Amino acid sequence: MGQFVIDAVGNPQSLLLLGGTSDIALATAERYAAHRPLRVVLAARPSPRLDAAAERLRALGATVSTLPFDAADTAAHPEMIGKAFADGDIDITLVAFGLLGDQEKAWTDHATAIELAQVNYVGAVSVGVLLAAALQRQGHGTLVALSSAAAERARRSNFGYGATKAGMDAFYTGLTEALRPSGIKVAVIRPGFVRTKMTSGLKPAPLSVTPQQVAEVIVDAVAGGREQAWAPAQMRFVMAALRHLPRPIFRRLPV
Amino acid sequence: MSEIVTRTLTGWGRTAPSSARVLISPTVEVIQQAVRDTAGQGRNQRGVIARGLGRSYGDPAQNAGGLVVDMTGLNRIHAIDADSGLAMVDAGISLDALMRAALPFGLWVPVLPGTRQVTVGGAIAADIHGKNHHTAGTFGDHVRSIDLVTADGSITTLTPDDELFWATVAGMGLTGIIVRATIALTHVESAYFVVDTDRTANLGELMALLTDGSDESYDYSAAWFDAISTGPKLGRAVLTRGRLARRDELPPKLRRTPLAFDAPQLLTAPNIFPNGLANRMIFGALSEAWYRKAPRQRRGEVQNLTSFYHPLDMIGEWNRAYGTRGFLQYQFVVPLDAQHAFHHIVEQIARSGHVSFLNVLKRFGAAGRAPLSFPQPGWTITVDFPIRTRGLGALCDRLDEQVLDAGGRLYLAKESRTAAATLARMYPRIDEWRKLRATVDPDGVFASDLSRRLELV
Repeated sequence: MGQFVIDAVGNPQSLLLLGGTSDIALATAERYAAHRPLRVVLAARPSPRLDAAAERLRALGATVSTLPFDAADTAAHPEMIGKAFADGDIDITLVAFGLLGDQEKAWTDHATAIELAQVNYVGAVSVGVLLAAALQRQGHGTLVALSSAAAERARRSNFGYGATKAGMDAFYTGLTEALRPSGIKVAVIRPGFVRTKMTSGLKPAPLSVTPQQVAEVIVDAVAGGREQAWAPAQMRFVMAALRHLPRPIFRRLPV
Repeated sequence: MSEIVTRTLTGWGRTAPSSARVLISPTVEVIQQAVRDTAGQGRNQRGVIARGLGRSYGDPAQNAGGLVVDMTGLNRIHAIDADSGLAMVDAGISLDALMRAALPFGLWVPVLPGTRQVTVGGAIAADIHGKNHHTAGTFGDHVRSIDLVTADGSITTLTPDDELFWATVAGMGLTGIIVRATIALTHVESAYFVVDTDRTANLGELMALLTDGSDESYDYSAAWFDAISTGPKLGRAVLTRGRLARRDELPPKLRRTPLAFDAPQLLTAPNIFPNGLANRMIFGALSEAWYRKAPRQRRGEVQNLTSFYHPLDMIGEWNRAYGTRGFLQYQFVVPLDAQHAFHHIVEQIARSGHVSFLNVLKRFGAAGRAPLSFPQPGWTITVDFPIRTRGLGALCDRLDEQVLDAGGRLYLAKESRTAAATLARMYPRIDEWRKLRATVDPDGVFASDLSRRLELV
């Protein structure tokens, strides 16, 4: 296949989804597939869900390939990223994988805690480094990193997850500056509570959004060259306020 | 001397940036070697493209991850023959510099676009047109020879008898790097114009003026039109038409130095511009003021080049006023008999909420010989849209469909967001061009973001 380039209004022609079964990532791919012929690389652990996601995108007219990807297996990441870019330039790369898991086990069970950190933080840093190099080599591209409002201030009820997101958020925010001279754009997206399969079974927090709404935030942020975006937009001000609440008050909030 | 630096490049619209290694060299041999080196890189090479003064709005003069040759240092004039009017020049010279050098000889650049800050190479590669297209054709019609560096690093001299000449004209740099050209300048007695101005109440009145036969008696003709007002004021316009003045037509003060030229620059737009200035309130007010300042009708006024042709040149780097988000220019042409479709498109633009102030409307004359040349007999407009994330892409996609249905097309020098399949349907001779290009550059040594985005090669 040829090599493709994003255009002046933010239409990409190729996508790489790391976390190819992520509801948010797929919603984003579906939005882009409606604008232009799209080539999508879905990187995830092989599963029926991955195949179903590929089929759904193909039904929308996209050209889809899948790539085995295990976020925790960082030693395999260099080869995986090499394969992802082998068929041509990638206009937009989405870092959209992550575990939520049982938040109490996240600090009481050793193996669970390690796995959470390994996948959500170490894995994110690993692909971040490799994507930065690949995008610089092709001379163009946008990196979208799915962080979380929890990265800005984690609560007692989700600090295991929140801490890992805080780490990857800081890394990708720093990468935004590091890549600026090369013309590579980074967008760090901070959704609040998103109603996805990852959060199914949990009670939705106030200001919750759907994957489609997060996808809209992503598409707008990329087209507008914005480096930070929240979903919903008000989350930015909610978190700004929450971040500065004194701890004795914060810990008593029913959130 | 020669150097290679890594730069992030965009077009004039300041959108879709990409990084490339940029070779800055005033020497043809160095450029030839760079092309050979690129070709020698084999399968993974990202190609090379020439870049002039960067006035194309989209991405034809940038090449992500590859090599870009900055031609602006290759800017010498080798010869100007006052009798024949032939000028032999390096491809990196600007039309502004060429014009200033030629005027003392009583010679004029036969096709001038909306800015003189374009290189001769760029003028050929985009096959530019000007206010006088309906009488003088495109730039390519006035080129007598092209020296082209091809994919093997050699230099070929092309004339209008060669097919490759016409693949290079309007070829957006994808057949090779133009290093030298011979241009046929025209003889003039002055650098001034005799101008007739008409202000019309709406688009219909403007189009009537352009089809009542009067246009043929003017060498130069173009209109600014209002793209913001809807309803009865839709497309109200200021039409300025004229020809170059004879010496005896000039007022005594100018008659002494009829070929003198002065381009005052009032100011340069600063680089720190707040985003959002390109909005309905400001542009609406600007449109009203621009319309009102023109006379309802004036005949036989003597104007200089800046007033008649290049008013925007008075503000340097004016594209900065669109802020860091940049803008896109939408220019298309539809056939003469597609008046209704044309009117409908202008209406949609005015009603879209996307505001444009820098609008030009012209009636084109005959099409050129080059397969990818943009002008065809018909109606062309250009509008500039500030990049707004909501709806602009969709609006342009809708307009594309209507332009296509009407038998028209977009202009590659302005284009920054259409789909590859749409573009291919707009240029029926594109396969002919692709075949020709493939014979001279089978390995795709010449490549740009444009060529990749629109799958031109």
